[in-house]
Amino acid sequence: MNKYIYMDNAATTQLNTEVFEEMKKYLLEYHGNPSSIYSLGRQSKQALDEARLQIGKMLHTSHKEIYFTSGGTESNNWGIQGVLRNNKKGKHLITSKIEHKSVLSTFEALETEGYDVTYLDVNQEGMIDLNQLENSIREDTVLVSIMLANNETGVIQDIKDISKLIKEKNKDIYFHTDAVQGAGKLELDVKALGVDLLSISAHKFHGPKGIGALYIKKGTDIENILFGGAQERGLRPGTENIASIMGMSKALTLAVESINSRVEKVKALEHYMIDQLKNRLEDIIFNGLTAKRLPGYINIAIKGVSNESLLMNLDIEKICVSSGSACTSGSIKQSHVIKAMGLDEAYAVLRFSLNEKNTKKEIDYVVEKLKLIINRLS
Amino acid sequence: MSLDKNKVVLGMSGGVDSSVAAYLLKEQGYDVIGVTMKIWQDDSKKIADDGGCCSLSAVEDARMVANKLGIPFYVMDFQKIFQEKVIDLFLDEYGKGRTPNPCIACNRFIKFEELLQRSHDLGAYYVATGHYAKKVYDEENDRYLLKKSKADQKDQTYALFNMTQNQLKHTLFPLGDFTSKEKIRAIADELDLIVADKPDSQEICFVDDDYVDFIKENADYQITKGNFVDTEGNILGQHQGIVNYTIGQRRGLGITFGKPAYVVDINGEKNEVVIGDNKDTFSKGLIARDLNFIPFEQLDEELSVQAKIRYNARPKPAQLIPLGEDRVKVIFGEVRAVTLGQAVVFYDEENNNIIGGGTIEERID
Repeated sequence: MNKYIYMDNAATTQLNTEVFEEMKKYLLEYHGNPSSIYSLGRQSKQALDEARLQIGKMLHTSHKEIYFTSGGTESNNWGIQGVLRNNKKGKHLITSKIEHKSVLSTFEALETEGYDVTYLDVNQEGMIDLNQLENSIREDTVLVSIMLANNETGVIQDIKDISKLIKEKNKDIYFHTDAVQGAGKLELDVKALGVDLLSISAHKFHGPKGIGALYIKKGTDIENILFGGAQERGLRPGTENIASIMGMSKALTLAVESINSRVEKVKALEHYMIDQLKNRLEDIIFNGLTAKRLPGYINIAIKGVSNESLLMNLDIEKICVSSGSACTSGSIKQSHVIKAMGLDEAYAVLRFSLNEKNTKKEIDYVVEKLKLIINRLS
Repeated sequence: MSLDKNKVVLGMSGGVDSSVAAYLLKEQGYDVIGVTMKIWQDDSKKIADDGGCCSLSAVEDARMVANKLGIPFYVMDFQKIFQEKVIDLFLDEYGKGRTPNPCIACNRFIKFEELLQRSHDLGAYYVATGHYAKKVYDEENDRYLLKKSKADQKDQTYALFNMTQNQLKHTLFPLGDFTSKEKIRAIADELDLIVADKPDSQEICFVDDDYVDFIKENADYQITKGNFVDTEGNILGQHQGIVNYTIGQRRGLGITFGKPAYVVDINGEKNEVVIGDNKDTFSKGLIARDLNFIPFEQLDEELSVQAKIRYNARPKPAQLIPLGEDRVKVIFGEVRAVTLGQAVVFYDEENNNIIGGGTIEERID
């Protein structure tokens, strides 16, 4: 048995060693500033251009529509706020109740600035209702942001249908999707998805932390939210994090190239784990089980035990899993996602997010420990 | 399930005492789990300040100490129960013209009840704190005893008189044998803990600055002006709301009476503050209720003890006379500024034992 069992790949992933090797070159050797005129700088610039081309390719689009950011949070903030800075068209925005904090908090901040925000419900399986979306769109709606796949349940929304619906109603409404969880696990074709803005973050697909990208469809009227130098075509200043950008490019390439084989493995592990949980634990509820989900995501609710004690006990057994998202002080809050899916507070919620490196042996161990802990706590 | 006697959950406030306690327990060979209790803080508050005990920055301090010592660390959420058992009581008592001691309520309901339960949930037999107090087992009588800390200046047993036998059984006080706070600081310094020079926490942990402001912001009652009256009931002037005053208070009454004047009583029902001479602040004794005794289950006969009626007081000789139904008469002969809502705690000074205590219900003149 390893030092610990890691089943929290939705939170972050381990850096791929090939990615690390790629990054090392740009940390130690090609350290030039891409904006510099001399050859060392030009080398960095060339690498940057190649990374942009490559990431564009992985998202089935032009490199001219790829902008580097500091990660998912910045991409979401920029994608949403950036298109509103020049906006004179209206004051209405639409999102869902199950978005990541970086999206929800942005909308909450926009509400204080005078925007009117509709938060769409989800059903028990965590899916938004297209009828509700359609009915929510108003004359003055300027932006819709709906996540591609949820970080707690892995439930995947029908982004294609959503964008079609929005654009048919009013082609001027911007559509942003937070694809942070989906990237590297699903084939992402931004053109087919029909979105204007799409956020990704490298550390979710075995790349480094602190680097991400925003896809901005050509013609989108977006403004800066950060001000400074002319990097990223003048839209996002700051000396480029070249090593991390190269790492992200490599990580996304490796992830996309291996999607089919990995998904197969992870799905098999997921099914095995679901069976084990079903067979060996009583009174547990699977959240979003029947919906279309990202591979390896299992979200369960357990009645009558404290979420806090459950997670701490699992940690003591060296098992890394989570409930919703942890707050800064480290205490555990009721998940807004699971609440939106209609589950009341008397449940403890656990999210397992597996990857291809997990084993059946690990799953057996985790389910066994979980059973013991639940028995002790209830 | 069986609890692990080698496992202990330590309440870490982010202060120097509990930080050193973590080190001492670890040195003694325990599996220590550090826990900061989240009791009163607002996640949405973003002001970059230092904060008090158990604030967000206190959590960070505790976490850094735990990581440095190599022990697991968690934040446990106690906000709901702390609100119910400590803050609501605090607000209610002030509203009634009494002066509560929230630390006693916290020790009783939060640290040695709820935290102990959650420690058991983690398989730990013991809960530990950085209190200056000592626990010993009296084999002869099969009782756990609570003794005063050897650091006389820092002794915190006043706030621990409510501990039950079961709680004492499952509690460790690693600082009990230290003779001064300086020695604790010296250990922290030697270990290069970031909290080594942190000042002692003062006052009430959930109150930022002024408890009156806290009451204004959080109570479901209004603080209303009322009358200062003399001991005969004659109106002397207007006060700013009874929560501003405490028994025995002389300064800051906001009004002059031409002679030294003291708060001698607070009448919550009439919203009156009674003003008198120094001699009026003295009483013969008091009646306390809601009792707990440590070396024995209950008080069946009169007992001579030393007793103190507030945290910073020196114990004075007193006679306990049981009144049945969980009440006791405590006769001092003469005692100043008996304050309703505070605790009276009984000591056997000769043996450094805490006999028990209760909540002061009325004065006896």
